[in-house]
Amino acid sequence: MEASERSGNAGNVVKLVLAWSFVGIPLALGVAQTLSNAMKLFQ
Amino acid sequence: MSGLSFLSKERIVARPGYSRWLIPPAALCVHLCIGQAYAFSVFNLPMTKLLGITASTPDDWTIPELGWIFSIAIAVLGLSAALLGRWVEEGGPRKAMFTAALCWGGGFVVSSIGVYIHQIWLIYLGYGVLGGFGLGIGYISPVSTLIKWFPDRPGMATGMAIMGFGGAAFIASPLSVWLMAEFSTPEHVGVAETFLLMGAIYVCFMMVGAVIVRVPAPGWKPAGYVAPVQPKKLITTQNVYVYDAVKTPQFWLIWLVLCLNVTAGIGVLGQASAMSQEMFPGHVTPVAAAGFVGLMSLFNMGGRFLWASVSDYIGRKNTYFIFFLLGALLYAAVPYTGEIGALPLFVAAYAVIYTMYGGGFATVPAYLKDMFGTRYVGAIHGLLLTAWSVAGVAGPALVNYIREYNLAHGVAKAQAYNVTMYVMAGLLVVGFICNYFVTAVHERYHMKRREAGAETETETGAATA
Repeated sequence: MEASERSGNAGNVVKLVLAWSFVGIPLALGVAQTLSNAMKLFQ
Repeated sequence: MSGLSFLSKERIVARPGYSRWLIPPAALCVHLCIGQAYAFSVFNLPMTKLLGITASTPDDWTIPELGWIFSIAIAVLGLSAALLGRWVEEGGPRKAMFTAALCWGGGFVVSSIGVYIHQIWLIYLGYGVLGGFGLGIGYISPVSTLIKWFPDRPGMATGMAIMGFGGAAFIASPLSVWLMAEFSTPEHVGVAETFLLMGAIYVCFMMVGAVIVRVPAPGWKPAGYVAPVQPKKLITTQNVYVYDAVKTPQFWLIWLVLCLNVTAGIGVLGQASAMSQEMFPGHVTPVAAAGFVGLMSLFNMGGRFLWASVSDYIGRKNTYFIFFLLGALLYAAVPYTGEIGALPLFVAAYAVIYTMYGGGFATVPAYLKDMFGTRYVGAIHGLLLTAWSVAGVAGPALVNYIREYNLAHGVAKAQAYNVTMYVMAGLLVVGFICNYFVTAVHERYHMKRREAGAETETETGAATA
C-alpha cells in the first residue's frame, strides 16, 4: 500500500515537472528575450 | 456523439491522488496560445507587401484594412464568451479547450488560405470570426475549473492562467518573425506558411492542456481547507444562476469596474511608444521606445499574477480600490514627469500602472466568484468580457481623439498627452465610485432558494458548501 502510494507520488512529480516545463520553458525564453530588448531603453 | 465521450465532464473527474498543480499548466497551454492575439501586429507590415514583396503595390492590403482583423477577433471574443459561457460551464473544461483549439488553429488555417489566394475576407472570417470564437471559449475555459481546484487561493489560480494570456506575445512575436524569415524568398513573403505552421503548433499545444485538465470529484477539497459555512461580508457561500447574475446591480458595477480599468490602460498601451518619444524628445529613440513597450508588457504580465494573488489576502474590493486610487494618482503625475524630464520616474509610474492594468483582468474572475459563487462563474465571466470589447474600442479612440484635438489646437507634442492622462485619471475615479457601491448580492438571486432543489449540486462542495 505504502509502496504504491510512493510510486503514485513519484509519478505525480514527473507529471508536474513535465507539465510545468512544457509551458514554463517557452515562456521563460520569451520573457528573457523581451527583457534583453527592454534594456535598450536604458542604454 | 459517443466517439467524443472522452470530452465529457464525467470522463475527466480526477482520481484520488491527482495533483491540482497540474491544472495551472493545463490552463496555460490554452492561454499561452490564444494570447498570441496581442502579437498579431507583427504580421501587419508583411501583409501589406504580399504582392509587391519589397514594397506595397496599389493592390496590396492597407494597414487600416488589416487593422479590422484584430478588431473583429476581439469583438467576437467578447460575444462568444458571453453567448457560450453557459455551454462552456456545463460541458466542462476539456470539451471547451478542445473546441477552442480547433477554432483557434482552424482560424490560422483559413487565414493561411486567405493570404495564399489574397482574399482578405477569408482572414476576417478565419482569424477574426473563427479565431475569435477560439479566443472567447479558450479564455473562459479554465476559469471555473481553477477556482474549484483552488478554493483557498482562487485569485492566485486564475491569475496564473490569465498571466499566460498576457505573456503569450513574448513567445508568439519572435516565433512569428523567425518563421516568416525562414519561409520568405525573394519572390514570396512567408506569411501563409507561417500561419499554417502556427495553427498546427497551437492546436497541438492546446490539446495537451485538454488532455491534462481534470475536474475535482464532488465534495473534494484541498487538504486542511475548511470551507466557510457562514458567508463573509463580500464572499458568498451561495450560487447565482448565470442569467440571474445579469439582473443584479453588482454584475453591472463590476462590468463598469473592469471596463474603466481596461479603458484607461488599453488607451495608452497602444500609444506607449509614441508617447515616450514625444514626451521625452531626444532622450527616447525609436529603439528605446520599443524596449519601453516590451518592458511594460512584462509588468502587465507580472501584475496579473501578483495582484490576483494579493487579492486573496486583502480582498477583491480593496484590490480594485488600490488600482483606482493609485492609478489615478499615477496618471495625474505622468505629465509632471514629462515636464521635469524625469524619464526614470515616467517609466516607474507606467510600470506600476501596467501591473494594475493586468491585475484588473486577473482579479475579476475571483471577484465574480466572491459575488455569485462558483457554479456559473465561468459563464458570468464570459458575459463580463463584453466590458473588454467595449474598452478595446473606447480606450484607443479616446486617446487618439484627445491627442488629435490637442495637436489641431496648437498644443506642443510633448504636452499633447497631458489632457489624456487627466481624463484617464478621471475614469479611474469613476471606477473607484463604482467599486465603492459593490455590496453583497441580495439573497433573492441565490439559486438554492429559487431553484428549491431543482438544480442539484454536482460540482465540488468546496466553495459552495
